[in-house]
Amino acid sequence: MQHDSSATPRRNIGKAELFLGFLKIGLLGFGGVAPWARHIIVEERRWLTDREFAEILGIGQVLPGPNTINAAVIIGDRNQGIVGVLLCLLGQMAMPLVIVTALAVVYERVAAIPEVGAALIGAAAASAGLVLGTALKMIRNIRPTPLSYVIVAVGFAAIGLLRWPLVPVVLVLVPTAIAATWWERRK
Amino acid sequence: MTGVLAELARTFALLSLVSIGGVNALLPEIHRQVVDIHGWMTDAAFASAFAIANASPGPNVIFVSLIGWQVAGLSGLLVATFALLIPSSVLACFAGRVLTRWSHHPAVAVLRDALIPVALGMMLASGLSMMRTVDRDAVTVLISLATTVFVYTTRRNPLWALASGAIVNVAALHIF
Repeated sequence: MQHDSSATPRRNIGKAELFLGFLKIGLLGFGGVAPWARHIIVEERRWLTDREFAEILGIGQVLPGPNTINAAVIIGDRNQGIVGVLLCLLGQMAMPLVIVTALAVVYERVAAIPEVGAALIGAAAASAGLVLGTALKMIRNIRPTPLSYVIVAVGFAAIGLLRWPLVPVVLVLVPTAIAATWWERRK
Repeated sequence: MTGVLAELARTFALLSLVSIGGVNALLPEIHRQVVDIHGWMTDAAFASAFAIANASPGPNVIFVSLIGWQVAGLSGLLVATFALLIPSSVLACFAGRVLTRWSHHPAVAVLRDALIPVALGMMLASGLSMMRTVDRDAVTVLISLATTVFVYTTRRNPLWALASGAIVNVAALHIF
């Protein structure tokens, strides 16, 4: 993969900026946070490039814990240390926690209304498209090498098409991807 | 009461450390712990909690928060949330620092480049598996595909697509 200046540190993102950015990510994050995190972090605020965001998401993916929570931890720590971690986590969790408990209170009454069910399913169907469209857009912007394309395709086929369990797939795919990257670089 | 809280903390802190792939990958194990082993919730309550969490914005962690809330109120919510978040976040913080410190080492550069296509493949797969779970008819499939195209081709706020999806599906309910 061609290398950009991703390793060079840029200006630190401020505490309030981090908190408000992740507050927005949490609030908008219907049907999966990752596409919203990318929308805010890469497109809206330009904190990271697509490549940097995918790197952090990749690290978040192979560690235990939700990938977007891990990404928030890493981004918070890089910019503002432990305080940044706490601000990013609080920002990402605050509104969803309020909303989910409020929904739990009204759920029994509201769930029986057919229009509500249809609206939720319609929004969820769009969320699935949001995840797919975001992944495709990241692939277009990052322009993986030929072997990387193979890794993307194998991961997609194993988890998405064959529905193999995630952990063994990751355990095989990560070393394979490391070997492929190493081999492509030494040429 | 404190017994329940301690048990919530212990259960979810242990799950946190094995939760590669996030909460959705843990779903069968969470069900086993919450419904079968501890009997904190019935099957039906577990299913509706999952539906509520999915209808809310935010990370899937809030499903575990909601379980804590149903089991032991506000203190249950806080205990379950912190128990699930703290162990994995400490690990992520540590891993992030190690990778930043050694970022110029060739091996770390290879590792970071290697994780990119893994993350992209997983994201594509999760989009497909969401479609499979949610899309029950031609209308919802069309909503998913139209949103894919919208997100791929524009930089507009995806909220427009979500709102359109909700409206189209409600309209379809009345037309068909």
